Amino acid sequence: MTVISASNLDLTFQTSDGPVHALKDVSLDINKGDFVSFIGPSGCGKTTFLRCIAGLETPTGGDLTVNGMAPDEARRARAYGYVFQAAGLYPWRTIGGNIRLPLEIMGFSKADQAERVARVLDLVDLAGFEKKFPWQLSGGMQQRASIARALAFDADILLMDEPFGALDEIVRDHLNEQLLQLWARTEKTIGFVTHSIPEAVYLSTKIVVMSPRPGRIHDVIESTLPKERPLDIRDSAEFIEIAHRVRDGLRAGHVDV
Amino acid sequence: MRSVVPVLTVVGAILLFWALCVIPMNAHLTADQAQRDGMMLQPETPAARQELVGLSLALKNPAIIPLTFVQERPRLPSPHQVGVELWDTVVMKKPTSKRSLIYHGWVTLSATLLGFVIGTTLGIILAVGIVFSRTMDKSVMPWAITSQTIPILALAPMIIVMLGAIGIQGLLPKSVISAYLSFFPVVVGMVKGLRSPDAMQMDLLRTYSASPNQGFWKLRLPASVPYLFASLKIGISAALVGAIVGELPTGARAGFGARMLVGDQYGQPLVTWAALFAAAITAALLIVIVNVIERGTLRHMGMKPA
Repeated sequence: MTVISASNLDLTFQTSDGPVHALKDVSLDINKGDFVSFIGPSGCGKTTFLRCIAGLETPTGGDLTVNGMAPDEARRARAYGYVFQAAGLYPWRTIGGNIRLPLEIMGFSKADQAERVARVLDLVDLAGFEKKFPWQLSGGMQQRASIARALAFDADILLMDEPFGALDEIVRDHLNEQLLQLWARTEKTIGFVTHSIPEAVYLSTKIVVMSPRPGRIHDVIESTLPKERPLDIRDSAEFIEIAHRVRDGLRAGHVDV
Repeated sequence: MRSVVPVLTVVGAILLFWALCVIPMNAHLTADQAQRDGMMLQPETPAARQELVGLSLALKNPAIIPLTFVQERPRLPSPHQVGVELWDTVVMKKPTSKRSLIYHGWVTLSATLLGFVIGTTLGIILAVGIVFSRTMDKSVMPWAITSQTIPILALAPMIIVMLGAIGIQGLLPKSVISAYLSFFPVVVGMVKGLRSPDAMQMDLLRTYSASPNQGFWKLRLPASVPYLFASLKIGISAALVGAIVGELPTGARAGFGARMLVGDQYGQPLVTWAALFAAAITAALLIVIVNVIERGTLRHMGMKPA
């Protein structure tokens, strides 16, 4: 079942240096339960595309639907949770308070809020940290809390914009593993922007390779890896072959600029 | 507590410099007095002594040096004279006495606090308007800045006279001047604070389809609190200055400003200096109080202790 559908999407920003073609002729279908990674160099439009899905940017051409609705409508229907590169937790709220933020805004009842906070904290392995303040947590834990915040209102889609980009590799590996488990347990549809080839290959069922100026889709790779993925799958021949294809796509996208 | 030693060192250095300045500043009037009391001096006539600078006069007549510190009407009072005057008028006098600096201090302080509350409230309201309305941003901000370029010494008498003409006297006119000086730092700080959430924070709220109202109460307002306190510290000392300035042009009979004026007009420099120091100490105490409230508030909000 198609959850997100883009056809011939165009987005041109008007800047003082003239128009910038951020997205050109982007067509892509994302199915329910997919884990789709967007990878490409800076300026390829991967974040812009994610923001279009979220209704944070408005395309200047083409069609885009999320759960069969316009992105703006889908947002109001709480179709997705969004995770940014920085955790962006409010320093004046506890971890629990931060996770409650969207619930308060959306008008959930107090009892429902408490139950949901406990559940998503458990989901990201932060049970017991509800009363701590963000500065008392490590960077990786803060980012997990921000994922919990995005999960709290039970959106079917999780949009993640380089969520682990600012973390070191050991923490990132650990969070990648946890994210896969979380995805398996919750059966969300995930859109994931990244710079890292191993991260994209390890996580995704579908890898979208993009190239810049104008931002467009260069290649879409369906992963043949099994759904169960221990960390050492990254040494398998199959993994290396997919990574190779991604790298080739990135290089080709760069050459034809 | 580690800051005690450096602070005391600086205070000691200032007191020493002050004490050293007392000698040349008071040398001439001390010499004239000493001569009347029968002391032999070099040079002999006051006119000849005027040719010398204070320092060389004191060096030629070392006997007058100790006397420069105890003049009744010195050009520059010595630190201990000001200290004694402060002790006499703050501690020894009953707070209800017209000579008590506690009495005068309360008169000025009540106008300061009322003006500070008015100014802070006005400042916050204006800042909220400026952040939420483009029209107010364009129209109010230039006037707020212009308002602070007018010398308050020129404006204060007009405010007092005009408010007096419509029957408003006493505390309120002084508070208006305090408010006039203290609203500005609050406007500037709060505008910056309310605008401090970055694009990502605003985008996060958009993904929740939050209303502007929710964005204000849940994000902008709490984010502005540290900025507000920085402004309040400037605002409260400005409010005190405003209240004192408000007492000067009208010949007020009470308040720090009145004491400074009385000391000046009746040739009692000790009175002026004691009032000056009492005002400075009051300002310092007010800022300490704001500091304590700031620390308590930020800790209560869970902000990382500095």
